[in-house]
Amino acid sequence: MQKIARHNSFSKALPFILPSLAGLIVFSLLPIITSLIISTSSWDGLTKLTLFTDAKSFFNNFYIGLKNFRDILKGDEFWKVLKNTLYFIVLYLPLILISSIAVANILNKKYRGIGFFRVLYYVPVLTSWVAGALIWKWALSPEYGIINEILDLIGIEGPKWLQSETWAMPSIVLASIWKDVGYFGLIFLGGLQSIDPTYYEAAEIDGATGWRKVWYITLPMLSPVTFFVIVISIINSFQLFPQVMVMTKDAGPNGATQVFVERIYKYAFKYHKMGYAAAYSWILFVIIFIFTTLQLKLQKRWVHYDT
Amino acid sequence: MTRKNINKYISTLIFYVVGGLTAAILLIPFFWMIVTSLKTKGALLSIPVEWIPKNPSLAAYEKIFKLEGFSKAIFNSFYLAITTTIVQILSASMAAYAFSKIRFKGNEALFRVYLATMMIPFQVVFIPLFIISSSLRLTNSLNAFLLLQLFNPFAIFMLRQKMMGINDSFIEAAIIDGANHFHIFTKVILPLSSGVIATLGIMSFMGSWNDYLLPLVMISDKKKFTLPLILNSLNGQYGSDYNLLMAGSLISIIPILIVFMFAQKYFRSGLQVGGVKA
Repeated sequence: MQKIARHNSFSKALPFILPSLAGLIVFSLLPIITSLIISTSSWDGLTKLTLFTDAKSFFNNFYIGLKNFRDILKGDEFWKVLKNTLYFIVLYLPLILISSIAVANILNKKYRGIGFFRVLYYVPVLTSWVAGALIWKWALSPEYGIINEILDLIGIEGPKWLQSETWAMPSIVLASIWKDVGYFGLIFLGGLQSIDPTYYEAAEIDGATGWRKVWYITLPMLSPVTFFVIVISIINSFQLFPQVMVMTKDAGPNGATQVFVERIYKYAFKYHKMGYAAAYSWILFVIIFIFTTLQLKLQKRWVHYDT
Repeated sequence: MTRKNINKYISTLIFYVVGGLTAAILLIPFFWMIVTSLKTKGALLSIPVEWIPKNPSLAAYEKIFKLEGFSKAIFNSFYLAITTTIVQILSASMAAYAFSKIRFKGNEALFRVYLATMMIPFQVVFIPLFIISSSLRLTNSLNAFLLLQLFNPFAIFMLRQKMMGINDSFIEAAIIDGANHFHIFTKVILPLSSGVIATLGIMSFMGSWNDYLLPLVMISDKKKFTLPLILNSLNGQYGSDYNLLMAGSLISIIPILIVFMFAQKYFRSGLQVGGVKA
């Protein structure tokens, strides 16, 4: 790409870059540095922060080195939070992949009225998580909710959902599938529509039938999209927050729905342990980073790129 | 009727049944929300559950608008969604213009710094963001959100991609006509990027309208509450008045649904490029 050579100085570019550059420095770089410093402190968030005005007194009063990190990793709570998150992923990931690929196949058909279906699938995507979580909290009410009423009609006694230690996390998973399936369905739809139909025609000539076509053409050709969906889903899973906060206010019975961002939020603003919360958020960053890098490494084994 | 025709009818039928069934599963919660919002408080706890309210009532809607701050929250949500979108698009397109059309020292390096910040999820930096905002006395102010939107690497990236594809001959022609960068940006580049701008704008509007974590951290003053925040606080205060909570939820969904109806095309392309806040 050729740039306009006659206007080639930084002073010409500066007015255009200035707003975003200011935002980058004040609201992105500065928070990252501040967060690293705070994570090595025992600052409570209530005492006046002197880091920017009198750093020396801040360090004298609050610096504790890597103690926050050690405390978090040594405590039982962190491992429970990690276990809860992994449990969410184990339930959520297969369900969202299957349901969103199914939705994409439905949306890919050229029947009359498909536009109406498309809109229906998007409605949960458009809904805010707070509203969606309130709806689910009420729908899952053990005595008065519609879900157990429907289960009752087909002769199943529904569980106590959010009030049960066993069922609290599956309830969060259910609501999350409902919220996300339209979004990932749309992503898969894009993938389906980009598969060259000549592959299917060639396979038909060779005598391939329905399921073989799915197995040997559709799934391999969709693998780059599947990879994208898995990476995004796992990153999102580590950042679960509104649904947990709204549906299970105190993180479920016996902490069954304690997750990272919920913990970080509560340490910072409810328990007034800002330093601890900041350290927690960096540990979360490292975990997300490791998981994402790992997937990028593993993708070579199963992701099929056409070109 | 030929055999092929019958097969076609059967598969069409299966499509409608399967599609309808999955859509029903997705929509039952919404049905439940609407039905509940039309019930009186007493009807909420009737067993067996009333699928259609016996005595439909708009009492929940009357009550919610009488609650302090609810109408204000609707206004705040609109104000926030519209203003943050304008600021984000303006700032991002300016930066994208500089990165794609002005040659200056450090162009590529600076752009790489912009992109690198995308690696850090918001959930990791919301604490220091709060700390810095409160040192700058920016908490409890809706206008402070505008400053936070000045830097949006994703929007800058998308717009830069688009602008790189705009032929420089347009710009050269404008320069010959005596235009400066400001003219080129407003008269040539922005109109040619309008599709991407619309997509990003819709995504930003929806993101702000539905956002929870950032307002939760930044705003504690009830007068500044947005719809998700007031619903969240009603959930604590009126935790068992589900007719009220469902009426509030429905009201919060309607505007975004209307925007969607009018701008479906942009929503779809926006979701497909991944510009949605999870």
